[in-house]
Amino acid sequence: MVAFEGEGDRAKAQRFRAAVLPCLDDVYTLARYLLRNPDDAEDAAQECYLRAFRHFETFRGGPIKPWLLAILRNVCRAEFARRGALAAVQTEGMDETAQACDSLWGDSAQSPEAETLRRLDSASVQRLIAQLPDNFREALVLREINNLSYREIGDVLGVPVGTVMSRLARARALLRAAWLAEEGSAS
Amino acid sequence: MTCDEAEVLLHALIDDELDAGHAREVEAHVAGCARCAAQLRAYRTLRQGLQGQGLSFAAPASLRDRIERSLPKPAAMTGRRSVLKGFVVGSIVSAAAAASVSFVILRQDRDSRILNEAISAHLRSLQADHLTDVLSSDRHTVKPWFNGRIDLSPPVIDLTAQGFTLIGGRLDYIDGKPAATIVYRRRVHVINLFVMQGLGPILPAPKFEMVQGFNILRWTDHGLNLLAVSDLARDELEEFGVKFQAATRAASAS
Repeated sequence: MVAFEGEGDRAKAQRFRAAVLPCLDDVYTLARYLLRNPDDAEDAAQECYLRAFRHFETFRGGPIKPWLLAILRNVCRAEFARRGALAAVQTEGMDETAQACDSLWGDSAQSPEAETLRRLDSASVQRLIAQLPDNFREALVLREINNLSYREIGDVLGVPVGTVMSRLARARALLRAAWLAEEGSAS
Repeated sequence: MTCDEAEVLLHALIDDELDAGHAREVEAHVAGCARCAAQLRAYRTLRQGLQGQGLSFAAPASLRDRIERSLPKPAAMTGRRSVLKGFVVGSIVSAAAAASVSFVILRQDRDSRILNEAISAHLRSLQADHLTDVLSSDRHTVKPWFNGRIDLSPPVIDLTAQGFTLIGGRLDYIDGKPAATIVYRRRVHVINLFVMQGLGPILPAPKFEMVQGFNILRWTDHGLNLLAVSDLARDELEEFGVKFQAATRAASAS
């Protein structure tokens, strides 16, 4: 009996590999942006795959990427909880950055030349995205980098599509302001 | 539409998430509002700036290895065919990743081809969101569905009371011939029961085998070849076979 359960596991592992391993880059990418640290991102991705395998039966068809990214997000939130006080301090810092960005955006919205953006290298853009506050960062990464639809993002975040839309609007406003500020500081 | 509304909705426009009606409304607003028009252009530029960048991170190979190692290994095989079978399993995985399962047939005899194709059909049914053509737990709906679609009359038995829920039927092709597939579920496990004519050996008593990690039970009944594929444990799949046969006998006796 135990041996046959084992056989079932192997068959399950086979289906799991085929369906889920191709999403590893997406999972790792989101983990990098959420946790902002390569080592933590690796741990989170591995934990995500363990949990996903354990709960593979609960996957009810459809695109598998949002299902997997929702698990990853839960893992990352648990990691935030574990970091506790440290995370709280960081988030506070982020809010200030966000407000600074906000006033910047208010100014730059008026200037027509702000419609163009100077090209930044990938590492700089990654850094700007990493500095966005949690709620906006995850919405932006899920849309622009993981290429999820609004509905899928809503499923991952557990919020209505309208909330996805407004977070995305805000995330882009903040990112754009930060991008322009970066240009200003570089020149 | 106000500027406040447009300011949010223009993102949905950029992302191609608006239905035609709302898209027209936003476009109409933008056409008459210089400020929102400037924003739309600005965010399109931002989006292009992001799309042109390599902003993803590639997972390190060591991470991929660690995850691979944490999963249960494919069944250990012994004997001279072990290498070949291992290769078959590997090809299932990579081919399935490309969303189309194609089998490398290494054992050319017809029987193994039938087994391989049944497993292939089983995998497809799980992955391609095509488990059933007719979705019903009522055998009086499932059985007539096969009329005119296939020249055999499959025994469609409702085993819900015995713990195997009938969920529907499907048409498959095994070894180039149509097969009536009856789909059952036991908890989270799917059982695909392929009903075929003249395909496979004559087996009055159910015969269990394991192929590529899947459990298979086969038997013959009234000239029909029945083949059940599942990842269900052996004892439960055999229980399914016993109950199915008992129910068929009861149905033909009454």
